[in-house]
Amino acid sequence: MDHSSLAGRIFRGVALALVLAFFMFPIVWIFLMSFQTNEQILRIPPHILFEPTLANYQALISGQLRTAAGNLEISFMRNLINSFALSSAAVFLALLLGVPAAYAFARFKFRLGETIAFTLLSFRFAPPLLVLLPLSLYYQQLGLNDTYFGIVWVYQLIALPLILWIVRGYFEDISPDIEHAYRLAGHTWREAFTRIAVPLAGPGIAAAGLLSFIFCWNNFVFALILASADKQPVTVGALAFVTASGIQYGQIAAAIVLSVTPTLLLALYAQRYLVEGLSLGAVKG
Amino acid sequence: MDMLEIRNVDKVYQSRGKPPVHAVRALDMKVGKGEIVALLGSSGCGKTSTLRMIAGFESVTSGAITLGQRRIDELPPARRKVAMAFEGYSLYPPLTVRENIAFALKAQQLSHGEVSRRVDAIARLVEIEDILDSYPRSISGGQQQRVSLARALVRDADLYLLDEPMGQLEPQLRAVLRGRIKGLLAERGMTAIFVTHDQTEASALADRIAVMEDGVLQQFASERELKERPANLFVASFIGEPPMNLLETEVSSADGGIRLSVGADVTCQIEGRTLEQTARQMLERTARVRVGIRPQKITVGSGGVRVRVVSNQWLGDQSHVAGEYDGRLLIAVTPNKIAARPGDIIPFGLEARHLHLFGADGTCIRHAEAA
Repeated sequence: MDHSSLAGRIFRGVALALVLAFFMFPIVWIFLMSFQTNEQILRIPPHILFEPTLANYQALISGQLRTAAGNLEISFMRNLINSFALSSAAVFLALLLGVPAAYAFARFKFRLGETIAFTLLSFRFAPPLLVLLPLSLYYQQLGLNDTYFGIVWVYQLIALPLILWIVRGYFEDISPDIEHAYRLAGHTWREAFTRIAVPLAGPGIAAAGLLSFIFCWNNFVFALILASADKQPVTVGALAFVTASGIQYGQIAAAIVLSVTPTLLLALYAQRYLVEGLSLGAVKG
Repeated sequence: MDMLEIRNVDKVYQSRGKPPVHAVRALDMKVGKGEIVALLGSSGCGKTSTLRMIAGFESVTSGAITLGQRRIDELPPARRKVAMAFEGYSLYPPLTVRENIAFALKAQQLSHGEVSRRVDAIARLVEIEDILDSYPRSISGGQQQRVSLARALVRDADLYLLDEPMGQLEPQLRAVLRGRIKGLLAERGMTAIFVTHDQTEASALADRIAVMEDGVLQQFASERELKERPANLFVASFIGEPPMNLLETEVSSADGGIRLSVGADVTCQIEGRTLEQTARQMLERTARVRVGIRPQKITVGSGGVRVRVVSNQWLGDQSHVAGEYDGRLLIAVTPNKIAARPGDIIPFGLEARHLHLFGADGTCIRHAEAA
């Protein structure tokens, strides 16, 4: 790396800058948009310099959307809290169910084991729309329509397979003899699972949890069909910005900034775990 | 008194879509208190399966295992009072070497001072004092193996199971550690079973060696007995370096004894008085037997077998001479330096008293006379 020529280093720098600009531009643009009024945004040609306004954020936080056609009630903050609650609960439940299941799939061979594991994975590649119609009918009958529990449950379709398969790979990477040694030293099977296997698979579990949190957070269709306004997450709530008097670009941008920030911060904070966890121990010493 | 008793144990691995694998067949073994036993055999012979059944990581398909008068094959590993050093070391990655070793003592609820005294003592024995505060991932394979060994030996257990305990160590250190570990086991009267495929290690460390092949215990005896009185062809050819020479011979009765013909013009006469009754009866019923002779027992330079030299190596303290006779290869080991070059014709001597005779099923009919 240190031996490359000056020209090489400059080229690398320029190339990196280009790639960075390409990928970061939408985020930067949306960030800038969130501080502009609709008129400023729709100006042609667009201006780089503008007078920033916090009106968009004020509107979101106060829940009062002022449009040309009058005031509109929006429940963005409620949506944001819903997103948090639904995603966290879904991931928590999926971890509770998925980690022991992943351990079972990794350690034991049993009848139909692979079939069950694959069926769970196949939920990930079936289009959600395929199951939505029958699901909403069932939900209506069961009284689960428009309940937090119903949405958390359906989110298991997203979170559980992800956790199961990532964590399973991680458990398979841990030599069973480490647990055997622990059990020989006078501990039970359950202690070996909770004190040896789970901590050792920690990075994998964290990565799987984070990923499934992000996937749940980003989900749109399930909540769109199965939940009414007061239980909807931000992804669905954002539809409210498409109003009769036009699309509220400024508020949409501010909403995006607010709803992306938590997952972005989470991902940045846990980047190390994500990389380590998703490489499935391939680079472990 | 028997510490460990394995009675008629079978292990069959069943997996869907594949034929079952019979890893261990009708294993019977008794290990006395304070005895050190080696399980010796090629890979896949069932030795590690046996170890894992004793430890409790594999269930016993049928049969029983008793340790110190307690039936253990139904107990969970934690309650078997067995310590084990694993082939893959299996150290706890988040703990230092010291904590790894001390961890094994936690369940015994010793005082803090006692724990550190024991850890230090065992660390000195296997020469890992300088890495006690390192983490497993930062030390070499050989060091990890010694930590794993220390973690097993530091415990108070009824039985110590060591799976390839010294495979990763350098030869010099291996020789030193062998002596020390044997000393420790003897001093504390510890009963141990270790798995190895290294004959030198088996004979240096073990009181008795169990030779296994295809899941069947071939012979369980001292090293000397394995060499002098091999139970069958497998043990005869497996134990000893270089391996025993084996020749097809024709049997005929002569002068009250047995005459063995190797090829056209070499015969050996075994006198009737040296044969046991059963051996004589068996020999009278068969026309051909396999004859085995240790390379060390072939005399070079005199005798009735004229061989063409294929190779002749002087190893510094002994000569290995390979000669061909009538399409068969014979290897002789002699402490003398031999001048013969490849292609030369020299005489090899096979004496009747050094011959082992094996029947068609491989079992030994007659052993060579003790030296």
